Amino acid sequence: MSDILTAESGSKLYLLGNEAVVRGALENGISVAATYPGTPSSEIGDTFMDVAKDAGMYFEFSANEKVALEVAAAAAASGLRSFVWMKHVGLNVASDSFMSIAYTKIRAGMVVLTADDPSCWSSQNEQDNRWYARLGNTPVLEPSSPQEMHDLMKYAYEISEKSELPVLMRTTTRISHMRGVVTVGPVNVGKRKGEFEKDATRFPILPAIAYVAHKRIIATLAELAKDADASPWNKVYKRGGKLGIITSGPTFNYAMDVVDEYDLKADVLKLTYTYPFPEQTVLNFLKDHETILVAEEVDPIMEKEVLAILGKYGLQRKIYGKLDGTMPMPYEFSPDILKAGISKALGVTLPEKAAATSGLTLPARPPVWCAGCPHRATFYAAKKAVEHLGIKNAVFPADIGCYSLSAAAPYRMGDYCLSMGSSVGLANGIDAATDQKVMAFIGDSTFFHSGMPAVVNAVHGDHKIVIVVLDNRITAMTGGQPNPGMPMNGMGEVAPEISIEQIVKAMGVGFVKTVDPANLAATQAVMEEALQFDGVAAVISKHPCVMIKTEEKSEKSTRQKLIFTVDKEKCDECMVCVTQFSCPAMFIDKDGKVAIDAEQCNGCAVCVQVCPQKAFRVRR
Amino acid sequence: MKNYCVYIAGVGGQGVVRTSVIIGLACVKKGVGIVMSEIHGMAQRGGSVPAEMKIGDAYSPIIEQGGTDLLISFEPAESLRAMNKLSKDTVAVVNTRPIVPVTVALGTSMYLDPQAYIDELKTKLKKVVVLDAESIALEAGNVLSLNMVMLGAAAATPGFPLEKEFLVAAMKDNLPARAMDANLRAFDMGFQQATKDLQ
Ligand SMILES: Cc1ncc(C[n+]2csc(CCOP(=O)(O)OP(=O)(O)O)c2C)c(N)n1
Ligand code: SF4
Repeated sequence: MSDILTAESGSKLYLLGNEAVVRGALENGISVAATYPGTPSSEIGDTFMDVAKDAGMYFEFSANEKVALEVAAAAAASGLRSFVWMKHVGLNVASDSFMSIAYTKIRAGMVVLTADDPSCWSSQNEQDNRWYARLGNTPVLEPSSPQEMHDLMKYAYEISEKSELPVLMRTTTRISHMRGVVTVGPVNVGKRKGEFEKDATRFPILPAIAYVAHKRIIATLAELAKDADASPWNKVYKRGGKLGIITSGPTFNYAMDVVDEYDLKADVLKLTYTYPFPEQTVLNFLKDHETILVAEEVDPIMEKEVLAILGKYGLQRKIYGKLDGTMPMPYEFSPDILKAGISKALGVTLPEKAAATSGLTLPARPPVWCAGCPHRATFYAAKKAVEHLGIKNAVFPADIGCYSLSAAAPYRMGDYCLSMGSSVGLANGIDAATDQKVMAFIGDSTFFHSGMPAVVNAVHGDHKIVIVVLDNRITAMTGGQPNPGMPMNGMGEVAPEISIEQIVKAMGVGFVKTVDPANLAATQAVMEEALQFDGVAAVISKHPCVMIKTEEKSEKSTRQKLIFTVDKEKCDECMVCVTQFSCPAMFIDKDGKVAIDAEQCNGCAVCVQVCPQKAFRVRR
Repeated sequence: MKNYCVYIAGVGGQGVVRTSVIIGLACVKKGVGIVMSEIHGMAQRGGSVPAEMKIGDAYSPIIEQGGTDLLISFEPAESLRAMNKLSKDTVAVVNTRPIVPVTVALGTSMYLDPQAYIDELKTKLKKVVVLDAESIALEAGNVLSLNMVMLGAAAATPGFPLEKEFLVAAMKDNLPARAMDANLRAFDMGFQQATKDLQ
């Protein structure tokens, strides 16, 4: 059983922020938890999946973030403490319901964690979700370490229950994926079932109810502003200087390391409870310092609050921050960036440590599909099908998942993507707006998440598009979580498997065929049929992700995987395999012929079908 | 205590995160402070995987320019990826076995003779321990112990703040029991090789 659940109170665990927050939830009466995976929040779900059953609580990987949020809201409305988390863009999906929770209020504590991704480590944007708190009227907490992610769960539930509002916890990649020592308390899981007591004056959220509710929310937030001002979590680290640094989250860590390392005369105001903005706390800090540096990732939200306070109280202070160009506007910060900002605000030059430099150009090492990935074969077959039919200028919107990598060389498909589920919607639009053939690519998890409405739209709008569903039997990109197409749920129990084929048929898609991309010729033939079909065509390309196979293999070690090798006599160095198929297990050997790295080969046997010389064979 | 900064470089699947977790656990066992940063997600599909950590009493695990005390690089070219975090005071432990990215076969990148990356590192850093961790791991009984060879070598470098007992205790907590013998052998062989190299 996992330490996260079993460790005794007082133990020091070495935890990822995303693990620490789970322990924090388990110590504070959690009953219901839900998510849709997304980096950098995914390990929270992976950890709950490990412990939920033993802890006697409920956890699910929901079909998408909006459903997850609704599950958590309903639990909290039924008197159970709940927790829902997602990557930053997940809150866009959940936002419609999120906006209403403050209006209806909840009955037990509810925490919504958003894991933002400054510098776009694994995302399509670096949106700053602290704005959502202002839109959705929810308090915000910003932890700076795994210990704080753990400790703040208690505080968050208290704020939530006092205000009957959900609390938004904002982490970033560098906090969710920071590992550190966490001292834990006693586990105290909440009761498994509550009761939904009806209240016609709040839960139906009719216009008349919302009208009244908004006024109440404003009063609640005014109360919370006093709490934020009195909060022990908003704290000055005094070093006795004329410069004051106002900061939060990961930036606090960088500021402290710089101030301590260079023994600078600067006080640091760490804001953790950042909305409602603690006006009096900040005002006092402004009064105590001649110069102020506001350091925050990503948007200058606190900085504008600070400027507003100065205006409101008629105070004059020099403010360094993003708005005057001292701190960079985009991307995550670092100790070096803080050092530059603090030097400027202090008007001093700090010693620089000479960094090593190199004139060598390094090979680019972008993420690529695993050896044996079914997506590679699907895109290969699709490309061949389009070429064989002589279709020119076809457009390939590809969705978000491992198959997003189709945009890279050598495939260069994945032409257009906006968000999860967008591929099919974009295909609808391209069909309406152009005469180009369009083939959309969407994964199984993404299909369930947000792909389905656009398929209905395509059928109803009589769009002549091809939809390829890459059913690799898992949510792969985020680490391999179950999805509704799989016979397992978030508690690790057997669950009904939902058939994509039956769904698209029921939606009225005229052409539906399932193929195994490991058979290239058969897959190409079906893709060609689909491309010639006069209507909406769906090809379900079904083959498990290699991650799943690896797990099976370790269990049944008897079934040895095949490993391929190249017959050097046959290889004529045409390079079709490495330049068109492009598997990471292949490399060009010293003799100029292609070779296979046995460590990486997963034995998919598709290379055998790609090579015109039939040079690949099973290694004996 | 002045913070001791470790940068670990490698490629997805090589055990970079596992190795850094063991170092961190060893810190907990010894009772010294540790913070670490890892990157998950996109970067894992065969991409570069960096992990950085500070042992001591730092708030943030992110290493300043030139601030690395020890670089552990699982791959020759990757050892130069974060050059600006290294300095002439950095000690490095580098595996010689290259992993050539697909961009090379596609013709969009060049991969030099691996020795070229190691030579470059040697001219820029204080001390570079070079070892064929894969062969050593095979000799120790399991190629998957490559990361423990690297850890053993790191433990032998001057200034490394964790004694073997803490590292071994952390390995026992974190690695499967059946692979323990091979892992311990791998650790010792890495340690001995580096010790010889450093003399
Ligand atoms: C709204 C939103 N939620 C979550 C994510 C994170 N995310 C990126 S890819 C992905 C998995 C997609 O799974 P699937 O479509 O099955 O493709 P696979 O990775 O398995 O190929 C997820 C959940 C996201 N980018 N946007
Ligand atoms: S994790 Fe699975 S889906 Fe993703 S690249 Fe690897 S094999 Fe393909």
